[in-house]
Amino acid sequence: MYRPRRARRRAFGALFAGLCLAATLSGVVVLVVLLGSVLAKALALEPNPPWYAIGDQARELSSFLSRIATSTNSPNPDLAGFRAGIVGSLWLLLLVAMIAIPVGVGAGLYLEEYAPPGRLRRTIQTNIANLAGVPSIVYGILGLVAFSRAFGVEAIALGKMLWAGALTLSLLVLPIVVIATQEALRAVPSSLRQAALALGATRWQVIRDHVLPSALPGILTGTILALSRAIGETAPLLMVGAANSILYPPAGPSDYYTALPVEIYNFATLPREEFRSVAAGGILILLAILMSMNAVAIFLRTPTGRVLAGRGIAQLGRIGWTAGRAIRPSRHRPTPALDPAGADPGPGSPGLESEASPENQRRGAEPR
Amino acid sequence: MTQFPQTTPVSPKLPPRRSWAGRSWFQGIQEVIVPPLIFLCASVTVLTTLGIIAVLGVETVRFFRESGVGVVEFLAGASLNPKADPPRYGILPLFWGTFVIAFGSSLIALPIGLLSAIFLSEYAPRVLRSVLKPTLELLAGIPTIVYGYLALLLVTPVLKAILEPVVRVEFYNALSGCIVVGIMIIPMVSSLSEDVLSAVPRGLREAAYGLGATKFEVATRVVLPAGLSGVIASFILAISRAIGETMAVLLAVGVKPQIVLNPLRSMETMTAYIVNVMKGEAAVGSAEHLSLYAVGMALFAITLLMNIISGIILKHFREEYD
Repeated sequence: MYRPRRARRRAFGALFAGLCLAATLSGVVVLVVLLGSVLAKALALEPNPPWYAIGDQARELSSFLSRIATSTNSPNPDLAGFRAGIVGSLWLLLLVAMIAIPVGVGAGLYLEEYAPPGRLRRTIQTNIANLAGVPSIVYGILGLVAFSRAFGVEAIALGKMLWAGALTLSLLVLPIVVIATQEALRAVPSSLRQAALALGATRWQVIRDHVLPSALPGILTGTILALSRAIGETAPLLMVGAANSILYPPAGPSDYYTALPVEIYNFATLPREEFRSVAAGGILILLAILMSMNAVAIFLRTPTGRVLAGRGIAQLGRIGWTAGRAIRPSRHRPTPALDPAGADPGPGSPGLESEASPENQRRGAEPR
Repeated sequence: MTQFPQTTPVSPKLPPRRSWAGRSWFQGIQEVIVPPLIFLCASVTVLTTLGIIAVLGVETVRFFRESGVGVVEFLAGASLNPKADPPRYGILPLFWGTFVIAFGSSLIALPIGLLSAIFLSEYAPRVLRSVLKPTLELLAGIPTIVYGYLALLLVTPVLKAILEPVVRVEFYNALSGCIVVGIMIIPMVSSLSEDVLSAVPRGLREAAYGLGATKFEVATRVVLPAGLSGVIASFILAISRAIGETMAVLLAVGVKPQIVLNPLRSMETMTAYIVNVMKGEAAVGSAEHLSLYAVGMALFAITLLMNIISGIILKHFREEYD
């Protein structure tokens, strides 16, 4: 007998929808609770204005954060701060960006634009997917042996230098950059490539002048997210010698170093309760850096952000192009007026006469 | 010197070949150099994998030679104490700690993550979804050290307040680790599963509605089975992330290798052991120091296996509707 049981099914459906909503919101609630408790802990030090005095709380927080951002490590919690760690983390950020972005974008370009489909490409692709899932501590072990000790070759061993941490983190985020680059390149319509190729541009010209600029906002978004992953990593840095008690911020990439998350870890494990508050302040600084990086990434994903980024890149490209012209003036055609915006470095213009030459026409007429 | 008169050629010839395909030499050089250069970039990733395998393999062999421990004793030994005399290197306690964390955190993350994914893909209006999804992803962007800190600062005190009247809660305990790692991997499950569920074609849903199914039935009996391979793959990836998690478990669970059922006791995971040995005073080249690589090898093997399995599930069990 057909029994629709409509009321029961509808009630059950509503129940399930409520459950799903609750599950989703629980994530948001957890986020709020986490941030709130860190904030409360950072504000736990004296003086303690009542919780409703928001202005006083904000003043206390800003003075506390500016104090710990400018003072270095100290056994006295009233003097301890994260200056060495912040500077170290910014150095790491810079070096990782300088290493991982070119290599990652290059690898992405190779896989998407150059690699012939086949076994080699599949192997590299699978390999990258697997690398993205390797725990960060394993990268730490690799960095310890390959960079800090250089496989036992003393002369090039990096020891506890900042370089070792930067190289290790670069390897760690490389798969993320490659995957982001590939996704951005895949989103570029193939008609763009075909149009450029049809106008006579070479393979590299197509990529350099057309594919890369239009994929760049996407690449930047993924790259920024990868860098924010790098700046929050602690475990690999503990393996490659980010030290506990660095008093002075590193002045260059071959100094000893520490990083913000490493210092947070050290303060969190110290027995005195006041250090917990210092650690909470460090977490707030770290989260502020990460959130601003994420905000930039999210902004770049919006249409406005894409347009702005595209314009900025086009501007940079123009400057570079003009400079390039000035350095090596073309021998084949008159240098166009310095308004490269309108003048595409049109490929093939010198070849036009020759293509029209009878010899060429004859060549074209030959049967293949 | 006599000037030869300029002769005009009978038929116009190609211009002399001063350039590479009609372009400047610089362009030609770029054209030649770029492919091998970016191939080198791509091969860095392969070299990384080979480097990991080589480093872990060589040092693991050195560990077994140095310590005189057998592979079976290492993998199945129930006692881990490098400082004892004779030192014991059985990593079952580490396996156990890692298993407890992975199991406990998936008890939290898998249901919540899956329900969130269903909500985001099936129930949420577009505006709500565009707010909730990035918010959940923020959870994934928080560094793991923050989760470890919160386990110490927030989760353990709360557990103590609730459970202390009944049972003793140790300062470092596995339950707080499970909770924070579970929260950490929720976004992995929800984000990946949501992608898969949203990719299920509309026609499938509409056919079910046409047959009189309610929204709940469409979500659980049509959409979920259609995206099941992706959902399971996201589960496996999340569990592998929980296994490889270091800082949160180091701070929350502690460094006490023991096999106990009680999740309120301290334990030690493989990742925490590696960091702990590194931080300790073990001399480079000693058996204790080398044991770090052997544990790392086991960790790498487990996570790699899980990633490969999830890749296979995604590839071979995917329902194709296009």
